[in-house]
Amino acid sequence: MKQSSNTYIFLYASVMVVVVAALLSVVATVLKPYQELNIEIARKLDILRSVEKAELVNKAPDRNSYVEEEYDRYIVASYVINYRGERQDDVDAFTVNVRDELRKPLEERNLPIFVSRDDEGREKYIFPVHGRGLWGPVYGYVALEEDYNTIFGVIFDHDSETPGLGAEINTPAFQNQFKGKKIFDETGEFVSVNVIKPGSAALNEHRVDGISGGTITSQGVDEMLEEVLGSYENYFRKQKNQNYE
Amino acid sequence: MSKSEREPLFSAKNIKLLSTPLNDENPITVQVLGICSALAVTVMLEPAVVLAVAVVAVMGAANVIISLLRKTIPPRIRIIVQLVVIASLVILVDQVLKAFFYDVSRQLSVFVGLIITNCIIMGRLEAFALGNKTWPSFLDGVGNAAGYGWILIVVAFFRELLGSGTLWGYPVIETLGFYNLGYENNGFMILPPMALITVGIIIWVQRARNRKLIESN
Repeated sequence: MKQSSNTYIFLYASVMVVVVAALLSVVATVLKPYQELNIEIARKLDILRSVEKAELVNKAPDRNSYVEEEYDRYIVASYVINYRGERQDDVDAFTVNVRDELRKPLEERNLPIFVSRDDEGREKYIFPVHGRGLWGPVYGYVALEEDYNTIFGVIFDHDSETPGLGAEINTPAFQNQFKGKKIFDETGEFVSVNVIKPGSAALNEHRVDGISGGTITSQGVDEMLEEVLGSYENYFRKQKNQNYE
Repeated sequence: MSKSEREPLFSAKNIKLLSTPLNDENPITVQVLGICSALAVTVMLEPAVVLAVAVVAVMGAANVIISLLRKTIPPRIRIIVQLVVIASLVILVDQVLKAFFYDVSRQLSVFVGLIITNCIIMGRLEAFALGNKTWPSFLDGVGNAAGYGWILIVVAFFRELLGSGTLWGYPVIETLGFYNLGYENNGFMILPPMALITVGIIIWVQRARNRKLIESN
């Protein structure tokens, strides 16, 4: 058969496509369990890091089992609530995809909560957050103290923010600013924590500095906190009232 | 072919295939190809090195595959065939990184996929692998990828050092105590235009040392 004939070209292309498709599907299927394990471990690690656990992860001889152990030790419960703050018992918090939930109207959202208890018995509540940066999603975990108001720690990450600019949101320098900030003001209004242009206003307990040159990413973090923590507002109020009673 | 006619694996000609792209025929500084990715991934050293290694792997393999298939590929769809080969290899690299080097893969994110659009790879397939035997094609691929890679690494070295004050994430400038003397990082180095200027400086230095690269007119 001549190489320039249409039949040859058609056959060649068909065989090539089938071979490549088969090869890639086999590889993807074989590697999938490894990839899913990586993602699960990464999520557990992020949850732990938001409450300052699992800090020796880079020195651990077996990273995965270290993360699993720490997770089992410190994360004592997880559950899902709705926007009114009622428990939803039929959903597993770890499987909830926050990005998908945020696309739903507020009334239909499943909102996951992870509870951590440290060695002294103090509890912290960890909330997964998800938002939009400049080039792609930004996401992370926010840990609140027992008063459902003070931020204990945050972990942010991103898929494709500009290195050195927006990508700085995953550095301790940016994240440590959030420690001790409060999401309700003195009158009890929900105000979230605002990420502001550096130097544009005095910092107070509801404001942190954004990243110079990473304005859109900083705004993304700001909107993310407002949107996601805002969904939990009723639950926070409920818990706070319970604490006072 | 009888054994006596066979060229040694590393004959002078083959070594040349490997070495000319590092200098005289460098894809970035002489042919000015692949500039786009040289801008994108050179803010930090680590992604630049990983990307350089990935490009060496993809380019070597792609050249070998195309060279093996060169007598069967219908000329009218050869560009499509090349693209399919490159794209599959890049997806392979991406999947392997995700499975075994998850952290690195998270850092590189979209850049791995962007290898597909690297014009150097397709250029070498079209210009070399389609018309040459497998072993020289392999050397040509690896040589060109290395020529691309070392420029990337040099640019990333200076951009990370001057822009962020670190090298491979290690705070070099802080350790040396320059901040106490009033030194500040040059935020400009982080922005893409500075990659172009850095590449320009490399081209200048290279031509000053290698006179035959200077165009006569």
